[in-house]
Amino acid sequence: MAGRKNVRNYSPVQLATASIVCLLTAALCLGHPPSVRADEGTYKLGLVTFLSGAAAGPFGVPARNAAELIIEAINAGTLPSPYDSKGLAGMTIESTIIDEAGGGTKQVGEFRNLVQRRNVDAVIGYISSGDCLAIAPVAEELRALTIFFDCGTPRIFEDNDYKYVFRTGPTSTMDNVAAARYILELKPNLKSVSGMNQNYAWGFDSWNDFKWAMGVLKPDVDIKTEQFPKLGAGQYGSEISAVMVSRAEVIHSSFWGGDMEGLVLQGAARGLFDNSQGIFTCGETAMFRLSDQIPEGTIIGGRGPFGVFAPASPLNDWFRKSYMDRFGTPPTYPSYKMAQAILGLKAAVDKAAAAKNGKPNKEEIAAALKGLEFQAPSGVVRMSLGKGHQAVQEMVYGQFTKKNGKPEIYNVRRYPAECVNPPDGVKSEDWIKNSLKQTSCN
Amino acid sequence: METLLAILIDGLVYASWLFIVAAGLTLVYGVMKILNMAHGSLYAIGAYSAASLVGWYFGSGHPPWGSFALFIGGAVIAGMVTGLIIERGVLRRMYGRDEVVMILVTYGVLLILEDVTKLLWGVDAYFAYQPYGMIGRVRFSDLTFAGYDLTLIAVAGLVGFALWYALNRTRQGKLLRAVIHDREISLAMGINVTRIFIVTFIIGSALGALAGGLTAPALSVAPGIGIEIIILAFAVVVIGGLGSVGGAAIGALLVGICRALAVHTYPQFELFIIYGVMAAVLAVRPQGLFVIARARKI
Repeated sequence: MAGRKNVRNYSPVQLATASIVCLLTAALCLGHPPSVRADEGTYKLGLVTFLSGAAAGPFGVPARNAAELIIEAINAGTLPSPYDSKGLAGMTIESTIIDEAGGGTKQVGEFRNLVQRRNVDAVIGYISSGDCLAIAPVAEELRALTIFFDCGTPRIFEDNDYKYVFRTGPTSTMDNVAAARYILELKPNLKSVSGMNQNYAWGFDSWNDFKWAMGVLKPDVDIKTEQFPKLGAGQYGSEISAVMVSRAEVIHSSFWGGDMEGLVLQGAARGLFDNSQGIFTCGETAMFRLSDQIPEGTIIGGRGPFGVFAPASPLNDWFRKSYMDRFGTPPTYPSYKMAQAILGLKAAVDKAAAAKNGKPNKEEIAAALKGLEFQAPSGVVRMSLGKGHQAVQEMVYGQFTKKNGKPEIYNVRRYPAECVNPPDGVKSEDWIKNSLKQTSCN
Repeated sequence: METLLAILIDGLVYASWLFIVAAGLTLVYGVMKILNMAHGSLYAIGAYSAASLVGWYFGSGHPPWGSFALFIGGAVIAGMVTGLIIERGVLRRMYGRDEVVMILVTYGVLLILEDVTKLLWGVDAYFAYQPYGMIGRVRFSDLTFAGYDLTLIAVAGLVGFALWYALNRTRQGKLLRAVIHDREISLAMGINVTRIFIVTFIIGSALGALAGGLTAPALSVAPGIGIEIIILAFAVVVIGGLGSVGGAAIGALLVGICRALAVHTYPQFELFIIYGVMAAVLAVRPQGLFVIARARKI
């Protein structure tokens, strides 16, 4: 009976209250199905885009704006069909945004921070091809689900196999193969071209694809000069003179961002495009910003069916209107591509969650995204290259003009994905050199 | 022949631009022994100020030619004010420190100014292209140059002459040269070294901002433009010799012509050539072309 002193006496009211609390807790813990628990969760998403440097204005900020818009709409469940369900399988997206400026080494450090310290569930980002090449092996090493939204070098999935790395935007191969096709349709008797591309992975890959495609489609075209100014050089006086002296009929450039805008300004002021047809594979981002400077008839691309090249659809109409209402300017291709990457992730998470009936893990999401076909404001996206990790879409080119003071595109030509992209498992270079000639676009 | 002409003119235009940036950098080093890493930020501030003023001016419908006075004057004033703030706010507290410490201090200023420009102007690009086309084009055979670019050659010549005249033909210039030769003796002789320092830093800053302002019409003015230029400016002043304005002019010419030569003949060497020239000069004259090696005072 000695132990009895340690036993506390509870009143019936206390016991009843404790019982009710226990029952309620048990009901909360055990009574709800797993999907409801997922509803209450969050999905941590790391976003990486240029917030400073010359690429911020034309690329990074429009991409960030699109991310902001799409994430808010996903969380609120206000997107049009097929994305009208709330969150990612019910989970609210909680995003962290990082500046892409600083180069590959810095980005690798920032990526590790996002994954290992901030414990993000996935990373969507990267505009620079150099950054993508640096990040891909690190993402694989850390087993971090990573979606590249904009960078274009085809080497990422042509030279390696990845499990956790995806790209929801097309590669630069189709930009340049389609550019060669377009220019030859416009100028069937073309005799000479010159190139001005940036001195790094993107510039070399773009120019090589264009040059190889031209060499196959019209072997007698003469390459007059190949200029590779430094990324961010700003001053292109010597290069413009070199291209002028070359007297090429066509000038190909994959310049992007501030570099492209600088080249347009300096080239237009010197009459570079008076006697040569300019083709800017990334020109779409400048068509509203520099509408007074882009010469009439300049061929511009938007890295796919994005921006002014996007086909009409309820999703595209919603995106363009919401973006215009909020930011006062039409969305350009970086905005489209960021929206596409986030929607690709949502499609994959929703699919994986539906199969599992609960919050999916990154392996399940990666498996769902692999080979997925999903809708975006730019139309249908098929993850059909790179063993299901690389997207393909149609490619579109057109010529710039101004009607009643408003920038517009005419002479638009759409190329199906199959005639401007290699089949899965074939390297771009091999496909262009060996099979492009036999590949028809009709 | 056409290529030769293109190399000459392109080289001169590029050299002019480089010289205006490098002149301020080398002047500040010559007098104050400060290798001003923040010079690139002053260039950026000049460019942003010019772009903002051009945007406002043309948006308000004023007569176009007036824009030149406004954006050039605006850039110079912005540079002078920023220079005064940096000198009075930071540098004067650091005088007498080791040159390496001063590099770190000005690097800190650069980082602050980079964020200040983002705070003031945001990250979106600014365009000030209207003045670029106003001077028209000049045609040589099939080559066309923007009149604006050719005008830069004259501006660089004027800046060089003004600096030479001020340093060699005026009393203030003589006082400044005395400080360049020996700061302590100058102080002992009654020269107001503090005042010389303030004036020199303001002039150097104004030159950096002037270069930015003059470049703005040809560029997309965006964050980070000052970083790219400062690397080139360092190469130029190192080739010419730190502290030598004449050296900066020759260094800029060498870099400009060699770069244009590479672009027109072997484009793949364009990146390498600037640093190749610098390495070649330093291998022969480690102190640069126009600086006489001196025994170090202990």
